[in-house]
Amino acid sequence: MNFSRKTKISSEIPTSSMPDIIFMLLIFFMVTTVLREYSGLPVNIPKAEKIEKLKGKRHTAHIWISKEGLVSINDRLFAVQDVAKIMYEKRVSDPQLVVSLKADEEAKMELISSIHEELREADALKLNYSTKTLVR
Amino acid sequence: MIRNRRFKGGEIPTGSMADIAFLLLVFFLVTTTIDTDKGLGIILPPAGDVEIEIKKKNILNCLINSQGKVLLDEEPTEVEQINRIVKKRLSKNPLLIVSVKAHPKTAYSDYVRVIDQLKIANAKKISIANSN
Repeated sequence: MNFSRKTKISSEIPTSSMPDIIFMLLIFFMVTTVLREYSGLPVNIPKAEKIEKLKGKRHTAHIWISKEGLVSINDRLFAVQDVAKIMYEKRVSDPQLVVSLKADEEAKMELISSIHEELREADALKLNYSTKTLVR
Repeated sequence: MIRNRRFKGGEIPTGSMADIAFLLLVFFLVTTTIDTDKGLGIILPPAGDVEIEIKKKNILNCLINSQGKVLLDEEPTEVEQINRIVKKRLSKNPLLIVSVKAHPKTAYSDYVRVIDQLKIANAKKISIANSN
């Protein structure tokens, strides 16, 4: 007697739709990654141990402070007195705003203090001193 | 002799398509740097000078000079020691407020180091005095 199977079951994984799946993945990653919006100033940010992560970039505004004392927001240089005005506008459009302060290690505290005052005036009270992770 | 060149159907070979797509995927995954913003969080007090009287025993003064040297309640202290001292003081008095005062010419990195130490010590109440 012939016991051979009559219908052959194909044992191959169908690969014809593989490119579609991969392209979909690719497009997903491309859409979800938020590109860097502003290049800012060349700063060497300090290191710290007990750091916390900011939740996403959508509610973050950056202020760059170089060691020369330049203040940059949205890739434009501002005088310290104008920080309150621009941050207030940002704060109004996004109440969840967190300000990330990217200041250089060698920046002076008098400038940082003035920025504090400006932020208080703008009612942007959530501040984050941007730092690198300190590796011991 | 007539060459029999028959048109065999013009198809793009799709066998390697998956490989190409994978390559693109890997390329994008590698080149995108996920730089999450991280740092020391702090909440500033609202604008307007509201003076709150605080008992002297609830205040720990922390002064930073322009060289980055720290004076913790009149006592010269190494920066790395601050978290230990503040922790000890906090366990004795949970209402303790650390008042950080920095000289206008203090480097930002020294200030961040001090704030970091306070964060390590779990000091929630940090007062930052205006340097100017």
